[in-house]
Amino acid sequence: MSFAVELVDVRKSFGKTEIIRGANLQVRPGERVAIIGPNGAGKSTLFNLISGRFGCTSGEVRLHGQRIDGLAPYEINRRGLARSFQVSNLFTRLSVFENIRCAVLWSMGYRYAFWKFLADLDDANDRTEEVLEMIKLDRKRDVLATNLTYAEQRALEIGITIAGGAGVVLLDEPTAGMSRSETRRFVQLIRDVTVGKTLLTVEHDMGVVFGLADRIAVLVYGEVIAFDEPEAVRANPRVQEAYLGAVLEHEAAGAH
Amino acid sequence: MDTAVSALPIATPAAARRNYHFRPYNVGRWIVWGLFALVLAVAPLFWTSSFGQTMLIQTGIAIIACLAYNILLGQGGMLSFGHAVYSGLGSFLAIHSLNFIASGRLGLPVSLVPLVGGLGGLFFATLLGYVTTKKAGTTFAMITLGIGELVWSMSLMIPEFFGGEGGISGNRVVGKPFFGITFGSQVQVYYLVALYCFACTALMFAFTRTPLGRMLNAVRDNPERVEFIGYSTQRVRYIAFMISGFFAGIAGGLAAVNFELVTAEVVGAGRSGAYLLFVFLGGATFFFGPIIGAVLMVVALVLLSELTQAWLLYLGLSFLFMVMYAPGGVASLIMMNLRVAAFGKLRHVWTSYLALAGTAAVMLLGAAAMIEMVYHLQLNIALGSKLRFLGATLDAKSPDSWFGAAFVLFTGVAMFEFTRRAFKRQWDTIQEEIEREIKRREALV
Amino acid sequence: MDQFLINVLNGISSGLLLFMLSSGLTLIFSMMGVLNFAHASFYMIGAYFAYVLTGIVGFWIALFLAPVAVGLLGALFERLALRRVHKFGHVPELLITFGLTYVVLELVKLVWGLSPVSFTPPPQLQGAAFTILQSTDGLGLVWGAAPAGTCGDVAGRVVHCSTFPATRFFMMVVALLMLVSLWLLLTRTRIGLVIQAALTHPEAVEALGHDVPRVFMLVFGSGCALAGLAGVAGGITFVTEPAMAAVVGSIIFVVVVVGGMGSLAGAFVGSLLIGLLSTLPLTVDDSLATLFNSMGGHVGPETFGWPFLRITLSQAAPILPYLLLVLILIFRPKGLLGTREG
Repeated sequence: MSFAVELVDVRKSFGKTEIIRGANLQVRPGERVAIIGPNGAGKSTLFNLISGRFGCTSGEVRLHGQRIDGLAPYEINRRGLARSFQVSNLFTRLSVFENIRCAVLWSMGYRYAFWKFLADLDDANDRTEEVLEMIKLDRKRDVLATNLTYAEQRALEIGITIAGGAGVVLLDEPTAGMSRSETRRFVQLIRDVTVGKTLLTVEHDMGVVFGLADRIAVLVYGEVIAFDEPEAVRANPRVQEAYLGAVLEHEAAGAH
Repeated sequence: MDTAVSALPIATPAAARRNYHFRPYNVGRWIVWGLFALVLAVAPLFWTSSFGQTMLIQTGIAIIACLAYNILLGQGGMLSFGHAVYSGLGSFLAIHSLNFIASGRLGLPVSLVPLVGGLGGLFFATLLGYVTTKKAGTTFAMITLGIGELVWSMSLMIPEFFGGEGGISGNRVVGKPFFGITFGSQVQVYYLVALYCFACTALMFAFTRTPLGRMLNAVRDNPERVEFIGYSTQRVRYIAFMISGFFAGIAGGLAAVNFELVTAEVVGAGRSGAYLLFVFLGGATFFFGPIIGAVLMVVALVLLSELTQAWLLYLGLSFLFMVMYAPGGVASLIMMNLRVAAFGKLRHVWTSYLALAGTAAVMLLGAAAMIEMVYHLQLNIALGSKLRFLGATLDAKSPDSWFGAAFVLFTGVAMFEFTRRAFKRQWDTIQEEIEREIKRREALV
Repeated sequence: MDQFLINVLNGISSGLLLFMLSSGLTLIFSMMGVLNFAHASFYMIGAYFAYVLTGIVGFWIALFLAPVAVGLLGALFERLALRRVHKFGHVPELLITFGLTYVVLELVKLVWGLSPVSFTPPPQLQGAAFTILQSTDGLGLVWGAAPAGTCGDVAGRVVHCSTFPATRFFMMVVALLMLVSLWLLLTRTRIGLVIQAALTHPEAVEALGHDVPRVFMLVFGSGCALAGLAGVAGGITFVTEPAMAAVVGSIIFVVVVVGGMGSLAGAFVGSLLIGLLSTLPLTVDDSLATLFNSMGGHVGPETFGWPFLRITLSQAAPILPYLLLVLILIFRPKGLLGTREG
């Protein structure tokens, strides 16, 4: 069986500092994996390496068996991998509808066309409406992205990520900065929009992690020290020692 | 690509709705374009003098050039200091084709010569655009500056193409007449320009409604994110650069046909700077902003420069104030007031506007009088110390004139500041009311 | 040979002038992210201020006062105008400095007129700094002008003399002094440490709690003061006229892009490179055509591309820096020593 995402001894140094020191990961297709770890462990860096924002110093990143390390972000995206950002990275002066439609255009094959009108692209417009309904922003379709509330912007961020229909979705701290109730709604949203897809998500909120993930990868000082089902990870002494230990127990008890 | 796009859960009610797409006619849009065509068609009937028609022709050409420039600035967020290169090289190619037509080597009707300019602009944009669009932001601006200087310097080295100091001259009354039109008279040239202006404006407007046009906006707003949704940012910029160069070349070609003379200054930094200045003044954030900018450009370069020697100073100062206080240009000011009008609040503000305009006029009068006197002392002193200013005679050497001007200036400043504060209070209140109204309407949906 | 040496020195002195300008530009850009389009305008103001002050207090005092005045003017502009557009982003900042060039040019023309002003060097800087003599005996150096009768055909020996103007020499001295003080400031003082950090990580410096608006005003003013100092030196060496800003204006941007945006060392290397590149070819009257013909080709007016082939290197000298710019951007987009993208 070929893995959806595979990391083989990935290393990344910034100058003399090695942030990722040999990370190994095999994510099966359709699996939901949460990546947790203490601050500074390199979780966002790992996402940046997988999605092509940075290049690896050494090691391989594989998407469905093919190597993608060294490719430009748009090439990786065209092969079916999409990511969201921890700090919402929206198209600020475009409306919500336009934001999503832009994310849809390439996957629908429209490329750099300047001989067709957007208004005539029925399939793109329909798909955009679908995604808007999925992320519950259909009422705000003509609002400029900068004028949305924080939670709405996070929802739009996810919408842009999944709109292109990528099979592998990377979500970087999707619930960052949200209240309890917003988080709960958001996790349900994430579950709905990633049905049938492979999901990797970086999270700090243990409640979200235990509720959402099939398997958890624990990243400490740039290495994956554990990659297993939630219960096994919770019981893992190395994880307890390196991460939060008692807090892990407490959070898991309150998870849904 | 089977593994890439997986099946998505589709909400059923939406799917049922998909079969019928409601596409009503946008009546407003037809009216606006109809008016535009009408204005273009009847303008020469109102301005019948030769000077007036020259200005109309130049305005039509400037509209195309400024709209082409705004594809880069307003739509793509690319600040170019060297766009005159593409319109200028288009001009040169057009004038050479005119000469080829005259000597019988090229059998092209004169009405298609601007297209040659356009193809020239496209060619050079393709050639130079790859290197130019490799970088973004400030570096892009520097590259365009460097390439502009490069082409300008080369213009002096290759007189065969650029004509050296005197430039290249041509004759537009050549070739076979087209249905009896020889382009000998100004009116005929005007209608050629008007036709191209309408067509190019329509095409560039259509461009904003295409996938590439929208992605260009996305690149402007967030070039990094664009890469993560499958598009190569550089490719988007490069193609937009080529399209902009094409239309700039058409404008250049029309200029060549109109003036029948092209000198090296058409690729110079002065013209590139003018594009930037006036597109920004007109408003880069709206499609019609550059049209306003084009009108301002022709008025300033042709009219204002005749009226006063200080016109470049006035222009520079206006630009500075625009950047500081109204970075969206004249177009944004219009749109802000249209919004206020749409909410029915304009009637509260128009008296304040009158007061503002009046006090500003007083202030500017005083300032302009002083500036004109200084200019007169510096540049025209051989003509004596008296000068005419808006119908009155000022003596640049007499303290009375200076006192008078200073008095007017300071009174104007004081009154303006007073009215401005009152206006600001009123404006802010209105904006709050509008925001509340918008929220109220949103909640109803 | 003597002429060649003088040409090299001319190139180096031009390069050092460019460095004085581009270092200020790089400092402003690195710390504030603003590319000061009006930098050459402050250079021009420095020359004119020095011209006026020389008439009042003499050149040597003007040498210190003029840059200070220009720096104050720059700080004032930052405080009143630039600060207001800071929140709009980098493009409006660039645009406002672009608008400033128009205003400064018009005001200069207004106050001092369209023609050049006679900004003459002080007596100590007139004439030649030194003279290089070349004869069959080899090379020789004489401080000041060569004594009468040593040059030309002298008693059967042919002696070639080439002089190096004192103003240019002075320009080099000022530039080198500035370079050394800048280096000392950056490596030995606390404020220098802050500036060094800001050269590569401006946001971090901001986060460390330095009074950012005041630092910005200080930096912008200092950058303009450096430009003003360059203006004093350039004003006596070259012609002081309203067009002097345009002459150096675009070249300094080529220098910073070629050297690498945000790198002072890059600015230094880039300046020298561009200075030499625009001066040395001026003496070469060969073109591609003569090159081909010397290798046995027969290139003449009928050959395809003759307009390009017959351009001599001396004619092409003005465009060489821009060609270098394009080449660098294709092959090494970060610039020679750049660490930051634009």
